[in-house]
Amino acid sequence: MTTVTEETTYHGLTKEQIEELGTELDAIRQRIIADLGEEDAAYLHKIVKAQRLFEVSGRALFYLPVAGWLPAVACLSISKILDNMEIGHNVMHGQYDWMGDPHLNSRMFDWDTVCPGEQWKYSHNYIHHTFTNIVGKDRDVGYGILRMDPDQKWHPYYLGNPVYAFLLMTFFQWGVALHDLEVENIVSGKRTFADNKPLYPGLMRKIRRQALKDYVIFPALTGPLFPLTFLGNATANLVRNIWSFNIIFCGHFPSGVASFSVEETEDESRGQWYLRQMLGSANISGGKTFHVMSGNLSHQIEHHLFPDLPARRYPEIAPEIRDICERYGLPYNTGSLGKQLWSVAKKICRYALPGGEAEVAPVTGVTDSTLAA
Amino acid sequence: MTVLEHRPGPMARVGGRLLRSRLATALATPHGVDSYLTHFNPMWAAHEVRARIESIHRETDTAGAPVATITLRPTSTWRGHRAGQHVLVGADLPGSAKRVTRAFTISSAASVPGETITLTVRSNAEGQLSSYLVERAQPGEILHLGQAQGEFTLDESPATPTNNHLLFITGGSGITPAMSMVRTLLRDGYDGHAGRKVTFVHYARSPEDQIFAEELQQIADADNGVAVHLHHGDLFSEFGLRRIVGDFHDLDTYLCGPAGLVELVTEAYTRDGVLSPKLRMEFFKPAVLRAASTSDEPEGEVTFTRSGASVANDGGTLLEQAEALGLNPESGCRMGICFSCARTKSSGTVRNVLTGEESSLHDEEIRLCVSAAAGDCHIDL
Repeated sequence: MTTVTEETTYHGLTKEQIEELGTELDAIRQRIIADLGEEDAAYLHKIVKAQRLFEVSGRALFYLPVAGWLPAVACLSISKILDNMEIGHNVMHGQYDWMGDPHLNSRMFDWDTVCPGEQWKYSHNYIHHTFTNIVGKDRDVGYGILRMDPDQKWHPYYLGNPVYAFLLMTFFQWGVALHDLEVENIVSGKRTFADNKPLYPGLMRKIRRQALKDYVIFPALTGPLFPLTFLGNATANLVRNIWSFNIIFCGHFPSGVASFSVEETEDESRGQWYLRQMLGSANISGGKTFHVMSGNLSHQIEHHLFPDLPARRYPEIAPEIRDICERYGLPYNTGSLGKQLWSVAKKICRYALPGGEAEVAPVTGVTDSTLAA
Repeated sequence: MTVLEHRPGPMARVGGRLLRSRLATALATPHGVDSYLTHFNPMWAAHEVRARIESIHRETDTAGAPVATITLRPTSTWRGHRAGQHVLVGADLPGSAKRVTRAFTISSAASVPGETITLTVRSNAEGQLSSYLVERAQPGEILHLGQAQGEFTLDESPATPTNNHLLFITGGSGITPAMSMVRTLLRDGYDGHAGRKVTFVHYARSPEDQIFAEELQQIADADNGVAVHLHHGDLFSEFGLRRIVGDFHDLDTYLCGPAGLVELVTEAYTRDGVLSPKLRMEFFKPAVLRAASTSDEPEGEVTFTRSGASVANDGGTLLEQAEALGLNPESGCRMGICFSCARTKSSGTVRNVLTGEESSLHDEEIRLCVSAAAGDCHIDL
């Protein structure tokens, strides 16, 4: 029996309950912000130092013919993953801006991928994090390439959904870089090539620098080992692509994650925004190293509630968020990497075909049993 | 000279050139060479300037506002300084782990690359960095520096002698740039007998508050043509100055001190409403702290310095106030999560509308969409 009967509800909760939820979450946020300090700074410095050491070791190991190749690729892959996820993604979210360190500031930082941080911040921090899972507004729903929601109109093009997903995984850094050109909106006529003009110089500069570093200078510096180093750098980029694609696709596409319409999210309150973030994200369970290597995006729910809090805090507040979900009868969508990936893979294949049932988050609302919990 | 021992050797010079090469930049992209070097040794740098604290020497023990001289050894990237210049110093404060950056005048004589420099700093309760440097910092710690800057400098040297009478008027810790200038003159073989007089007039609250007391005594006692006049407790007066140097109005004058002194001296140097072009002065921007207010009514004025627009604070967010003025700052989520509207607040106090937290730091980055002014505010927009 739900206590909500007559009042208008939004995804299973009354307006009042949603505002209460917002107040509880605001309190967690403020508590963490007040507590930020030396430990957070020390943690980030430690990760940055580890990343730099992995990178330098990786580059150096390529001088060791054959025997050094595999360790070199491993070090460089770890370096790129740390750089892009636990450091890059999180620093560019402004999570560490409070430290006032110009090198670890969202306005200054750029990451080791072909996507210019400046352009990513617009589509990610603003568009994706503000309009999360609103079909038609959040361009991360299918990234303009895939059909991941029944509200995206089917077209024979989408029969290639699994192939496109595979290609996106393989060339993920390029996909992220080209994401800001909004090619799908150019095709649909919502955007013109002229709109993209200001983006080209920055994009080309970043691509040139990254390609020069990984595919020309570092290989050339190893002399006769050029082909091996070239191949090694390409492999490290590929490993990072596959890893980050898989982590990121588990954030919003596993089954049970809700999507929203533009209409229902008009004039949203802060509480409703929080609720949408909770219903629209999914976590991945795992050990400490796994969380670090995922940039703590394995705590996607916590990240979407508090995108500007240092990600190392997400595991710490996760039990509280879980408890809140239980008390409000909301799902806390989590599972192992295998389980979440399987669920995403099924979705990619299902929506290649027309139709499909809208995802409904299993909300029970505040009930007598949740109150007791 | 001992300083030469620290000049970069040929190996270091070649290394420096390599680290600053286009090749090194291309290899370290997108993070920059320095962000790798610093993990191996914080004193290795290709572009940035850092410095190690060599020693900290207490100058005065004034209750609540002690003064110390901090000797710094900068990295090889330091380009040196002219007497009277200041430098931006940043430190990650323990506890909060926040980088705080402030300008401090260099008190040592003009430097060239490879030499140490000194800062002479007065600790004050509101100055997080100054109190840290004076009371808590330890030799061996690393500070972040900029290059020397500022035009309040002695532009004459023994190599280009003039016989203009040089007058320094300083108050409190404003003595530092003048001290750097006098030290430079004396070190570089300034000869008072060549016809150039130097008069050093300084105001301190009491003999106990006198910075550099011993050295000033030595300078006064030596046969060097430098006259030192120390005033303890009494205020500047035009009459008093006239008794020391006669008609001061046309003397090359360097003035540095607290606002009260600056006001009195500028008045004395103003004739027929015109300030003497011979008077050069420097004072650092004082903190615009909000007077404790009993009402919750919004007060103060918001100034957008780049566009030159200002408006009475209406209590709304700075983003709303900027937009109401027709300014069109970049913005995004309008709820404090995306950092599109992050801007620098050069001075003033702002309140975070989400947390209620107030902050008065200079040159602090704020998000316009979740910040409201609490009193006068200057935003770099």
